Amino acid sequence: MSKEEIPKEKLLWMYETMVRIRKSEEEASKHFAQGKIPGFVHLYIGEEAVAVGAMANLRDEDVITSTHRGHGHFIAKGGDLKELWAELYGKRTGTCKGKGGSMHIADLRKGELGANGIVGGGIPHAVGAALAFKLSKSDRVSIAFFGDGASNQQNFHEGLNLASVWKLPVIFLCENNQYQISLPYSKQQAIRSVAERGSAYGVPGVEVDGQDVLAVYEVVKEAVERARRGEGPTLIEAKTYRYMGHFEGDPQVYRKKEEVEWWRKNKDPIEIFKKRLLDMGIAKESDLKNIEAKVDAEVKEAVKFAEESPYPDPKELYDDVFSTPTKGVLVWEWNF
Amino acid sequence: MGERMITFAEALNEALDQMMAKDEKVIVMGEDVGVYGGVFGVTKGLIEKYGPERVRDTPIAESGFIGAGIGAAAVGYRPVVELMFIDFLGVAFDQIYNQAAKMRYMFGGRAKIPLVLRTVAGAGFSAAAQHSQSLHSIFVHVPGLKVVMPSTPYDAKGLLISSIKDDDPVIFIEHKGLYGIKGPVPKDEYEVPLGVADVKRKGKDVTIVATAAMVHKSLRVAEKLAKEGVDIEVVDPRSLKPLDLDTILGSIKKTGRLVVVDEGYPRCGFATDIAAIAASMAFRDLKAPVKLVTPPDTPVPFSPALEPEWIPSENDIEKAVRKTVED
Repeated sequence: MSKEEIPKEKLLWMYETMVRIRKSEEEASKHFAQGKIPGFVHLYIGEEAVAVGAMANLRDEDVITSTHRGHGHFIAKGGDLKELWAELYGKRTGTCKGKGGSMHIADLRKGELGANGIVGGGIPHAVGAALAFKLSKSDRVSIAFFGDGASNQQNFHEGLNLASVWKLPVIFLCENNQYQISLPYSKQQAIRSVAERGSAYGVPGVEVDGQDVLAVYEVVKEAVERARRGEGPTLIEAKTYRYMGHFEGDPQVYRKKEEVEWWRKNKDPIEIFKKRLLDMGIAKESDLKNIEAKVDAEVKEAVKFAEESPYPDPKELYDDVFSTPTKGVLVWEWNF
Repeated sequence: MGERMITFAEALNEALDQMMAKDEKVIVMGEDVGVYGGVFGVTKGLIEKYGPERVRDTPIAESGFIGAGIGAAAVGYRPVVELMFIDFLGVAFDQIYNQAAKMRYMFGGRAKIPLVLRTVAGAGFSAAAQHSQSLHSIFVHVPGLKVVMPSTPYDAKGLLISSIKDDDPVIFIEHKGLYGIKGPVPKDEYEVPLGVADVKRKGKDVTIVATAAMVHKSLRVAEKLAKEGVDIEVVDPRSLKPLDLDTILGSIKKTGRLVVVDEGYPRCGFATDIAAIAASMAFRDLKAPVKLVTPPDTPVPFSPALEPEWIPSENDIEKAVRKTVED
């Protein structure tokens, strides 16, 4: 890890953002259990350091593509917590006006090109955005987030190859949380790490401890700088762990409770970082408590906003299928 | 001075050239679109004019490069991506129907995906079961995609220009049997709007709704039967989505008889769609049952002895028209 000093402000942003993701996700778990959040919900608890360490390197105009487990990416990229919660509830005030829900959380205004219900589906979009950045001679970059399961999917391989042969400013960030739903990593692929796959495409592959936000920050920093200099893509594998099931309601028959407990106790990204901040003298216990209290209030407010917001009008069903109106029938309705 | 006559392929090339000259956000990507000029010659000469960055040869990675087109479109480019044969959609379909088609809607109207996917359909070249299909109906089925299928050089140029200017994903389908046909095409940039059908021949007795290569076969049948006093109107929808319902229903109202001719498979396809529309919206205007002319429900065969049997022929169309007149 480079010893270059990270500004205090940035360190505290990292802490606050990790706490914001954690608290919001814990609240989402409760609300799902109470039947208030419809649909499928995949939570990011345990993986916070990856999104935050990565996003700490991005500018607003840089873009990311996300996964079905996308709330953390959305929050870390600057998405509005109220709009996230309203979307989880299916409300009109949600970031997708209630059309997307948990699996399609997005905010293109913030460079969040979308969570994706299809494993690996977003990877080529990050490649294409990077192509656009290269063509327009800007130094913007993109990050494709995806999981260990997605690294077996065609879009990972095709995307990595395109980015490499075209030398595009994109970072492939694999969040290896060690399970593809129920299938452990060891039964998905015969190689030791996803990062090794980079060599097949001439892309540097780096492994990092995904529970250590500063370690993630440093490897992504190097990859982002490389990309901005026009030196091409990097594949990063962050070894991480999800505390919750694949989705809320997952009976988790494929792993032992003790395993989850071990990670919570020994590898919790927020606890690890908290200790670092205190040891480094960046913050006092009371400063961190204040941050936590502030985030608690924010989450509470976001939930309230979601609950009090109106549902979309049934007529909104027909809106936003297309951008450009045309003559002729575009969105079909049978008229009786 | 006579009108300038150029081929369908040249008309498409001119549309691409004019749009690339005008807007640097317009880029072309696909397999062999660069030096090779596209396997059907549609992108010929573009790489010399606009360079390999904007006219980008791709590895054989259809999902990857169509997906990259979507990503570039999402951040403001206007990529024209070529899928060499429509038959290859299977290896890339997720990017088309789950990604490009749905992003705007799923993201609450905050995404714009101005992507044109040019692709090649049609039988008649002994290209067999995996290089000859007409799969347009699959795209029409999916909300969020516009689907365009021209039949003449004039329409090809004007519709491609409109498609590139459009902010939504457009599937632009070119029948390989049409690339060599010539027709009048203005030199200047012009648009043929999406969602406007063209009456290729006016008539009062029978309406034929036909697409792509089938338009030309239908027109020849119309000329032949005109000599017997059967006056056929040939309607080319040009855009399958959006659909110019007014022109189609208006024609049915006038003639009372409908034949649909389409090279797609017979079930759950464009022809059955038009028949369903007629049954549900124009039942009382119809004087006879709707007749459908499509290939059989088989893959496209290879042998020159079999393929002509598979493709809807002028004879098939003529039989359908005669039957509807008798009914």
